[in-house]
Amino acid sequence: MSGLKKSFYIKARDFNRAGEASISVQNFLKSMNFDPGLIRRIAICGYEGEMNAVMHGGDGALSIEIDSDKLVLEISDDGYGIEDIELAMQAGFSTANDEHREMGFGAGMGLPNMKKNSDQIMVASEKGQGTQVQMIFFLNQGGQID
Amino acid sequence: MQVKDLVEQFDLEVVAGNKGLDRQVKDGYCGDLLSEIMANAPEGSVWLTIQGHQNIVAVAVLREMAAIIIAGGQTPDQETLQKAEQEKIPILLWPHSAYKLAGRLYGLGVGNPQSD
Ligand SMILES: Nc1ncnc2c1ncn2[C@@H]1O[C@H](COP(=O)(O)OP(=O)(O)O)[C@@H](O)[C@H]1O
Ligand SMILES: [Mg+2]
Repeated sequence: MSGLKKSFYIKARDFNRAGEASISVQNFLKSMNFDPGLIRRIAICGYEGEMNAVMHGGDGALSIEIDSDKLVLEISDDGYGIEDIELAMQAGFSTANDEHREMGFGAGMGLPNMKKNSDQIMVASEKGQGTQVQMIFFLNQGGQID
Repeated sequence: MQVKDLVEQFDLEVVAGNKGLDRQVKDGYCGDLLSEIMANAPEGSVWLTIQGHQNIVAVAVLREMAAIIIAGGQTPDQETLQKAEQEKIPILLWPHSAYKLAGRLYGLGVGNPQSD
């Protein structure tokens, strides 16, 4: 199996659909019998990335690509972008507004948790140019059951 | 222990997700910050929170939780109930503080390593 890819649409500021892309990926990976621990890590990364697109970004997509040796999770949006990526990656940094905070978002832990739960993370963004976050999960430690 | 056992024991009000009442309760977790819950809540938890908005359901699904208990007399939004119904995640109401219920759940053995 190589290069199998699934993509899911993310709609900016739509809290009604927020999380659906990540749940779809989770169901897909379960149906393929991936290791539960790996699925959990991908669920965390997918959800945080999806919520960032919904809250801070713009319309976008979440995709998962399965290769023989790795899974690649990518969240991209066409929002305002991140001005200072290094700052955004710091635990606790957040530009979330009061409405987001009231709902329990805006802890500034999204990007740090994505980094912690993936094997590699690449964040590409420029002000006004949207944001792409790509995370890699290697399968070489028995990540895949069959 | 199943979710429905907790419902009985603590007289919790089931407002959605009846179809999930036979889910196994393996642990418990308290919190209202979604990133923190996402990162740390154990699988099979009952999640005690005061959040009632619809995004708690996706978090519970993704963390494979047993049920959400909305504490402190907070009321869930209509969208929350619809989503929970769809995803078969029980939403239970507890009128008192999360602290009080957490203590009692722990005493009952939920998430208590001593009782494994
Ligand atoms: N897709 C995005 N588009 C624009 N800004 C973003 C995006 N993702 C993250 N950011 C910026 O990085 C900050 C930190 O993100 P994160 O660590 O997920 O914490 P939080 O979402 O709780 O604010 C956000 O507050 C926001 O300013
Ligand atoms: Mg975030």
